[in-house]
Amino acid sequence: MNLLTKKLSKTDLIGVVVLSAIILVLFPTVFSIFRLNLIGKYLTYAFVGVSLVLLWGNGGILSLGQGVFFGLGGYCMAMFLKLEASDPIATKIQTTPGIPDFMDWNQITKLPLFWLPFKSLTFTILAILLVPAFFAFIIGVAMFKRRVGGVYFAIITQAVALILSVLIVGQQGLTGGINGITDLKTMHGWDIRSDSAKYILYYANGVLLIGCVVFTRWVLSTKFGMLLLALREKEDRVRFSGYDVANFKTLAFCMSAVMCAIGGAMFTLQVGFMSPSFVGITPSIEMVIYTAVGGRMSVVGAVFGTLLVNFAKTFFSEQYPDLWLFLMGGTFIGVVMLFPDGLAGLFERFGKPFLARMTSGKASPKKNDEPTVAVAAALESGGKHG
Amino acid sequence: MASHEMLTIQGLGVSFDGFKAVDDLNFIVDRNELRVVIGPNGAGKTTLLDLICGKTKSTSGTIMFKTMDLTQMKEHAIVRAGVGRKFQTPSIYENLTVSENLEVSFPRGRSAFGALFFKRTADVAERVKNVAEEVLLSEKLDQQAALLSHGQKQWLEIGMLLMQDPELLMLDEPVAGMTVNEREQTAELLNRISKNRSVIVIEHDMEFVRKIAHKVTVLHQGKVIAEGSMDKVTADPRVIEVYLGH
Amino acid sequence: MSLNEIGSMVAMQGFSGLSLFTVLLLMALGLAIIFGQMGVINMAHGEFMAIGAYVVYLFSQLTQNYAPGLREVYFVPAVVAAFFVAAAVGYVVEVLLIRRLYKRPLDTLLATWGLSLAMQQFFRSFINPKEVSAELPEWLLGAFNPTPSIQVPRNGIFVMGLTILVTIGVYTLMLKSRWGVRIRATTQNRVMSSAVGINTDRVDRFTFALGCGIAGLAGAAFTTIGSTGPTSGSLYIVDTFLVVVFGGAANLIGTIASAFSIAQAQSLLEFFLTSAMAKVLTLLTIIIILMIRPQGLFTTKVRT
Repeated sequence: MNLLTKKLSKTDLIGVVVLSAIILVLFPTVFSIFRLNLIGKYLTYAFVGVSLVLLWGNGGILSLGQGVFFGLGGYCMAMFLKLEASDPIATKIQTTPGIPDFMDWNQITKLPLFWLPFKSLTFTILAILLVPAFFAFIIGVAMFKRRVGGVYFAIITQAVALILSVLIVGQQGLTGGINGITDLKTMHGWDIRSDSAKYILYYANGVLLIGCVVFTRWVLSTKFGMLLLALREKEDRVRFSGYDVANFKTLAFCMSAVMCAIGGAMFTLQVGFMSPSFVGITPSIEMVIYTAVGGRMSVVGAVFGTLLVNFAKTFFSEQYPDLWLFLMGGTFIGVVMLFPDGLAGLFERFGKPFLARMTSGKASPKKNDEPTVAVAAALESGGKHG
Repeated sequence: MASHEMLTIQGLGVSFDGFKAVDDLNFIVDRNELRVVIGPNGAGKTTLLDLICGKTKSTSGTIMFKTMDLTQMKEHAIVRAGVGRKFQTPSIYENLTVSENLEVSFPRGRSAFGALFFKRTADVAERVKNVAEEVLLSEKLDQQAALLSHGQKQWLEIGMLLMQDPELLMLDEPVAGMTVNEREQTAELLNRISKNRSVIVIEHDMEFVRKIAHKVTVLHQGKVIAEGSMDKVTADPRVIEVYLGH
Repeated sequence: MSLNEIGSMVAMQGFSGLSLFTVLLLMALGLAIIFGQMGVINMAHGEFMAIGAYVVYLFSQLTQNYAPGLREVYFVPAVVAAFFVAAAVGYVVEVLLIRRLYKRPLDTLLATWGLSLAMQQFFRSFINPKEVSAELPEWLLGAFNPTPSIQVPRNGIFVMGLTILVTIGVYTLMLKSRWGVRIRATTQNRVMSSAVGINTDRVDRFTFALGCGIAGLAGAAFTTIGSTGPTSGSLYIVDTFLVVVFGGAANLIGTIASAFSIAQAQSLLEFFLTSAMAKVLTLLTIIIILMIRPQGLFTTKVRT
């Protein structure tokens, strides 16, 4: 039987195809490897954006701590790469060769136990997938079983982000502190700093991202996805239809955590370092704006939103640095008050009818009115709920 | 508990900050009975339903449903045991279509993973069609629920409960806000669906109550003050005083 | 170390805990009023605190440049001004922003975060990107010694005095005055309050402005302890939120108890660990307690 319900409309498929074409064909053709690498970086943030479409746009669960999971994934990968870069020969000038340089600077003489397993790539990949899921599980169970939601949950995720970032910064010897883990060179002998490596990593990243986009779209088309949408509006009704709401929320939270972690790991690979500046409150909240700008219910929109905000950030921080934060602040306010459905909403309201008219000549057939009205109503009711 | 009893409530009580919303209540509903609960505002009617379905925790007493004590169970477990509750204001999923609303209430794939891999097999679609017919919404299957009329939303919610095939159905003011015509249709609907299940209805519209009730229970200040057929209860002096006195 | 010395250290540590307590409490009172009474999460609360601090700084600059003789007396008027300026800005923000987002707490959270970013940039662009300090009057500097080995800093006493004043003020307002009744009525039942003639819009504006004004006072108090920069507001914001949530949001006594215990716990831990680890441990403990008791540690029984 078909797992995909009619919710996965033709538009969705087209959206994914267009996105894939842009990421995998257009960008590599148009941009130099330097700029492409930059875009690859933005696309790793898009993992978080997509995760929030699932968690927040559809489930109504605002997590202001997605940076935690992004960071967990990133740090796992960084630890693996750092260990590889710190083999005894490369580090022979250190007091204690064979351990990362920052440990040496902090007078640590033996590799801490929790670093040891990261010598294995298999373990590292498993850790990237399982550790964030585990954390999300613990937090989810503790919070959702107790019916903690909404604003309280958002604040707690903030606190978790704060705790992790303070912890990382404070334990310089174990984690590289505020500078993070830098100077990463090779992965299983393959030099990740070369241009050809960057190309490969970009494509790998692109494919993984599109994979997450398709996965999320699939999840949203299942009964699980429908219930997520339902419990966003009417949690009681869902509970009184026989569903244990906490389990649904926790599963969604875990899924989103793993996606963020994959993004984090790809970030480390493409950019060559990981630091606590991606873990704390500010970056976590910033990642929410990517989804908000793109359209919190639209998976493809979230990717575009991420790209748009990051392009704007790079541009404005370089040209008009004083203006940028005003713009960013204004975007938060504007998106919430004026454009709750972000770019996707604008596309639905203006882009689609425009395209329809273009492709079908002049006639805008009357029988299309009902679905459009319904969609508009759905978007309105969907967008009104924070 | 006798075998013809579906729901047996004994000594039920709950108080909020000292206010006794429900006070030492005894209440029995038989199989295939349609019981209407009436009473002035604040009598504890909605609280009674809240207590049965687990929305509110009681401070004393037992609620035996078949052989289970509902006071010891979590809300979703109570639902799975066969109790369906309709809320006072229509509680449907506005941003899903009618058929999606019904489908989502199908009692399979109730765990998180189960829902993820739930396949819409033929029996699901069949059931959705049948229930939609029962609640007079066959024409509206692809309609966004938000766009239904108030009365249709009430029917949809009843339909969502019917999808679960509950043995005990509880409806809180099902005809509030309905037109006269809709009320008639709802009365027919309720009489139909109570043929093989027990139904508790809270209502204020006495005309409507007369059309559907097998038996009526009158609540006042958290206690039962009269119980019996509609005629018996409306002739009861205590009931008259409570409604018309003060 | 002699017993005497230990005793003094404990006293001073306790006192430093009290300092933190007063800052947290002042911030928390403002936030508790806004969140506890209105259900609004104001992520820019820290920036309102910064407004208060900057007002005092500006008064200090004016005094220094134009009326150095007023150095001893400018401070108290500056603090009062801090309250009113912060409250005024809060009033405007409520009208333009908060009012439109009443039913949407998560959206309010995001919008006020945007506001905080804009405010931080405002401070950076129009006042000073670097940290600034007010020139404190003599009577706030130094310490006095109740006993030879215990030193009690004067600014700490000032802040504590201010906190006590504000707490009593809030208590009186909320529980004893007509405005307080209106605020509590609007929180509990907006429709009914409006039906009995309470102008709920005005109550909202007043409540929000009051909460922001108190934040301004916290900022003014803060200038006696440290310097102020564009991001100073974000230093304590998460702690403040946790204090409010931990104390049960709508509960004045709970907020006080919560601020006290959190401040003392953190100061005490700083004695034994680095300040980073002390913070981590305190936050972790709070979160774990909240996971067990989400309604906060100090709430009274909550009706379902």
